[in-house]
Amino acid sequence: MWNDLVQIGIVLLILFVLMVPMGKYLYIVFGDKESKLDRIFLPFEKVIYRISGIRQIEEMTWKKYAVTLLAINGILGVIAYFVLRFQGGLPLNPAKIENMEPSLIFNTITSFLTNTNLQHYSGESGLSVLSQMLVITMFMFTYAATGLAVCIAFIRGLSSKGRSIGNFYQDWLRAHTRVLIPLSLIVTLTLVALGVPQTLDANVTVQTLEGGKQTIAMGPVASLESIKHLGTNGGGFFGVNSSHPFENPNVFTNIIEILSMWIIPASLPFTYGRMVKNSKQGWVIFGVMLTIFLLLLSLVYSQEKAGNPAFNELGFSHNQGSMEGKEVRFGIPMSALFTSVTTAATTGTVNNMHDTLTPLGGLVPLSLMMLNSVFGGEGVGLMNMLMYAILAVFLSGLMVGRTPEFLGRKIEAKEMKLIVIALLAHPLIILMPSAIALGTTLGTEAISDSGFHGISQVLYEYTSSAANNGSGFEGLGDNTIFWNTTTGLVMLFGRYISMVVLLAVAGSLITKQPVPETLGTFRTDNATFGTILIGTVIIIGALTFFPVLVLGPVAEYLTIR
Amino acid sequence: MRSDQRNSLFTGPMIRQALIESVKKLNPLIMMKNPVMFVVEVGTFLTLLMILFPKFFGVEGTVGYIVIVFLTLLLTILFANFAEALAEGRGKAQADTLKKTKADTIAKRLTSSGKIEEVSSVDLRKGDIVLVETGDTIPGDGEIIEGLASIDESAITGESAPVIKEAGGDFNSVTGGTKVVSDWIKVRITVDPGESFLDKMISLVEGASRQKTPNEIALNTLLITLTLIFVLVCVTLLPITKYVGVKLEIATLIALLVCLIPTTIGGLLSAIGIAGMDRVTRFNVLAMSGKAVEAAGDINTMILDKTGTITFGNRMAAQFIPVGDHTEDEACQAAMLSSIQDETPEGRSIIELAKEQGCTLDEQKYKKAEIIPFAAETRMSGMDFEGVSYRKGAIDSVMQFVKEKGGVIPTNLKEKGEQIASLGGTPLAICIQNEIIGLIYLKDTVKPGMKERFAELRKMGIKTIMCTGDNPLTAKTIANEAGVDDFVAECKPEDKIRVIREEQIQGKLVAMTGDGTNDAPALAQADVGLAMNSGTMAAKEAANMVDLDSDPTKIIEVVSIGKQLLMTRGALTTFSVANDIAKYFAILPAMFSVAIPEMQTLNFMHLSSPTSAILSALIFNAVIIPLLIPLAMKGIAYKPMPAVKLLQRNLLIYGVGGVIAPFIGIKLIDIVLQVFGL
Repeated sequence: MWNDLVQIGIVLLILFVLMVPMGKYLYIVFGDKESKLDRIFLPFEKVIYRISGIRQIEEMTWKKYAVTLLAINGILGVIAYFVLRFQGGLPLNPAKIENMEPSLIFNTITSFLTNTNLQHYSGESGLSVLSQMLVITMFMFTYAATGLAVCIAFIRGLSSKGRSIGNFYQDWLRAHTRVLIPLSLIVTLTLVALGVPQTLDANVTVQTLEGGKQTIAMGPVASLESIKHLGTNGGGFFGVNSSHPFENPNVFTNIIEILSMWIIPASLPFTYGRMVKNSKQGWVIFGVMLTIFLLLLSLVYSQEKAGNPAFNELGFSHNQGSMEGKEVRFGIPMSALFTSVTTAATTGTVNNMHDTLTPLGGLVPLSLMMLNSVFGGEGVGLMNMLMYAILAVFLSGLMVGRTPEFLGRKIEAKEMKLIVIALLAHPLIILMPSAIALGTTLGTEAISDSGFHGISQVLYEYTSSAANNGSGFEGLGDNTIFWNTTTGLVMLFGRYISMVVLLAVAGSLITKQPVPETLGTFRTDNATFGTILIGTVIIIGALTFFPVLVLGPVAEYLTIR
Repeated sequence: MRSDQRNSLFTGPMIRQALIESVKKLNPLIMMKNPVMFVVEVGTFLTLLMILFPKFFGVEGTVGYIVIVFLTLLLTILFANFAEALAEGRGKAQADTLKKTKADTIAKRLTSSGKIEEVSSVDLRKGDIVLVETGDTIPGDGEIIEGLASIDESAITGESAPVIKEAGGDFNSVTGGTKVVSDWIKVRITVDPGESFLDKMISLVEGASRQKTPNEIALNTLLITLTLIFVLVCVTLLPITKYVGVKLEIATLIALLVCLIPTTIGGLLSAIGIAGMDRVTRFNVLAMSGKAVEAAGDINTMILDKTGTITFGNRMAAQFIPVGDHTEDEACQAAMLSSIQDETPEGRSIIELAKEQGCTLDEQKYKKAEIIPFAAETRMSGMDFEGVSYRKGAIDSVMQFVKEKGGVIPTNLKEKGEQIASLGGTPLAICIQNEIIGLIYLKDTVKPGMKERFAELRKMGIKTIMCTGDNPLTAKTIANEAGVDDFVAECKPEDKIRVIREEQIQGKLVAMTGDGTNDAPALAQADVGLAMNSGTMAAKEAANMVDLDSDPTKIIEVVSIGKQLLMTRGALTTFSVANDIAKYFAILPAMFSVAIPEMQTLNFMHLSSPTSAILSALIFNAVIIPLLIPLAMKGIAYKPMPAVKLLQRNLLIYGVGGVIAPFIGIKLIDIVLQVFGL
């Protein structure tokens, strides 16, 4: 027990040491002031601007920013479509892989377009090398960078005054050149040093002890691992993702992978604190995220540690806890932590099989994705949390006898009308398709376990899509037209509705004259507000899903207890 | 209209009227305006259909249960309607009193030839000139163009003492429905029928012209969304439960839905708004819109006139200062003699102060004295008695007077006079015949309790700025004494606009009071402008609130009322939303436990049966509305304090309370239901 806590504690400790400087680094990267970083990166960036024909960095309104972002995403999506559609005839296809089926293309593209990395295809047999490189790896960078850029633009809306929320090209490029590429270089090299393969050589065929032949798949694993986590992407090199010994050979690589997917979402609150010129604001947001995270982490840890009650009845000893679907080299604590972080940060990479988590253990990744704001994916998580903060201010801010204001900006009907769209969209795109899937044979045929666990499987699939996570309860046989199409749509809506809507909120808030802070102001930088925010996230964010959770994981837990 | 109704929160006839109204409001067309309650109505209608056609819905076995659900749902709507009707009813009662004032009067219209023709007041048009004499009711709003009269405005203000109004200056506006008690005036009518102040007032208190305030609109948006989310939750629950073989009763699902959507705040929201406006009206302030009341809560800066608001405005004697070789007693005596029968506030204050200091005066002795009243030319007042002149007045004038009589000016007179001025006071010199005895230190007195009120405002985070025509020195003294945060000396009306703009550029909301025509632009510029009823029509039109009592200090209370309105809305919203946790824990286990007996584990309130659990939650949801009506009407308790403390306090009561209260309430109702064997 203590040993376990120390393991988790060490990871947290490293995160705590890194997150504040990292937050500051991101602040400098996206700040409008000149910095020393320019000397290193600007010459390189200038070349890219010149190639892309961007003459000057114009100040964009929120509409311009959103349209640019959608256009860029769209163009890349179209290119990806043609690559996948005709990969059979395109170069770099040594394994003679055939063209992809349209509904699967739709799903695959949206999956990577939205930073979800829900993999309905099978990497080894479904993608040519060109597709792997052009579609998968490139998207892992571009769409993580999109999330980061939008988040920064959103914070600008809260922290500055004027009309412009920044320039998308600049934010997007800097997210690549100054954040994701350098960091992934560092992480890749470290992983290689710790034994993760990084090679362009062919697969190795070896003779096994029994005399048979086995092909061991290899490739540029380390580089994919680094961006997979840093960009909170989650699409693995191998089917079993980070539980594969080549993707994640030991505890140290495990820790590095956890930290690389956690560090950017965890440091963004501090970037936010700096941008709004009140570091306490950042600490409150981080504190709220950490509190909810630790509550859920302790639930999954204790549930997995307690083991499977069905085994108990059969008389098996399970001192080790429920190890089904977990790797022995990680054990319960590192599996529980990985599960929590991968769903909190909506990465979707897994080092254990979520389908075989105990019922309440499985509730944790589900809940974290439903909230989609506890750290959350690259940038998107912070945006969602700030949306909840605005809601919290709106609901209880009146209790100080003033109309609600957040960071000095009045929250009025216009902002509320936008925010409620995002608020309504999230449960809509999870519950509606889940109900359709469970109510029709189109969906139910894919479920491997009937009963309450079946509800969890379906719910997990759509929640994972909506939160752009990408992990799955893998029991679901989901490569059918129905699942490809519905999850594809859910991913698209899950990603772009809230992005565009929150950019619009930023565009509206930035034009407002901030009200100076007085003794009568509702403060959002203290523990009281932290408590209100937790309450709002739980009541508004979580209670929506309470009935389905009761019918899924909770019912399963109660019936096998 | 104030004293007789102030304490009667709910009278018998008012409640009866509200009961009738709450049934009338069941009309779906009216109900649609409140989408949250409309959803409840749709649910009620569905359960009614189930009762009427049980076979069609396949619910023959559970009709009894559905009937109870139906009745509880119906009650929920009626309670919400009742709250709104009650709030509206109070306004209507006030409007009725006003309407009596509005009864047609005969006006004496002056024709161009100067003849008088009698016409009905409804036939008067803008620009008509009417004559109003003693005993007449003024037929419409207008300006006095000739004459002076004392007017009884009690019909509008509730104040029984008549006020003097005269042509020219800032006191020339009269309101239709008020009465001339003495003298006569000629009035130029300034509004067409139906647009008068009284008409506006009636429609305001009646709530007829009530529009949703910006914050109400925003809150409504959120409430509707929450409703939609919960509709989604309940609708999707059907196929999902069916998948695991749980059969859901439609009535139960409707019960769950109604419990989860924010009916408490949805039902009380408009009542809170109406009641807030009503509290302002009862305070004898007319707010032209709910928006203005809301803005009052948001005020960051308050601009106050010194005279009349912070100070009494009339200068009062504070000290007698002897000059030359005279003693203080002599100065006191002389001051008293110069003020015999002086009925000005200054004069009275001199006599009062002298008496306090122990000077006595045999009034009988001076009965025959010739009183010299203040005149603009001489700038002195006093009396002549047995050949001796007693005078008090501005130093220059008295010096002139003394010199003419061959007197000598004491050497320290100038110095002492300047001392008084530097303290912010006005010096008056006193002389007997050709000898200057001393000075009277006249001081503008700060109203009692102002310092404490400004301290309260500071606690609320509101900055106070005093505007005064005084010189900077005097202004500073008064500002310090009153405890305002800032002051503008030698202030002209355009300075006020400048100050307001400066504050507004920083994003602050500004409140101010005013009465003169030259205040009108500033009143319009301010976010909350409170005009005095005694002021000009221009000021009243520019402002968004009018104080019928013409007491400028009331702006402070108006801010408190605005804050209280917002707090009440916030507190009940928080309470309503926080209630959902307990309701979930009551209903969900009950819904599922028939098919999944293990669900009973979640029933940690130990509610006796699934039916009882669902009904208890539903009944709680219904009765909480009438229980909160008094709170919604009166507003939650408010004491000025910093926002941090205020929030913690309210959060504890309405947030934490909102989580806990339904657990207790539902359990209690469950026990009662058990007794009745349900």
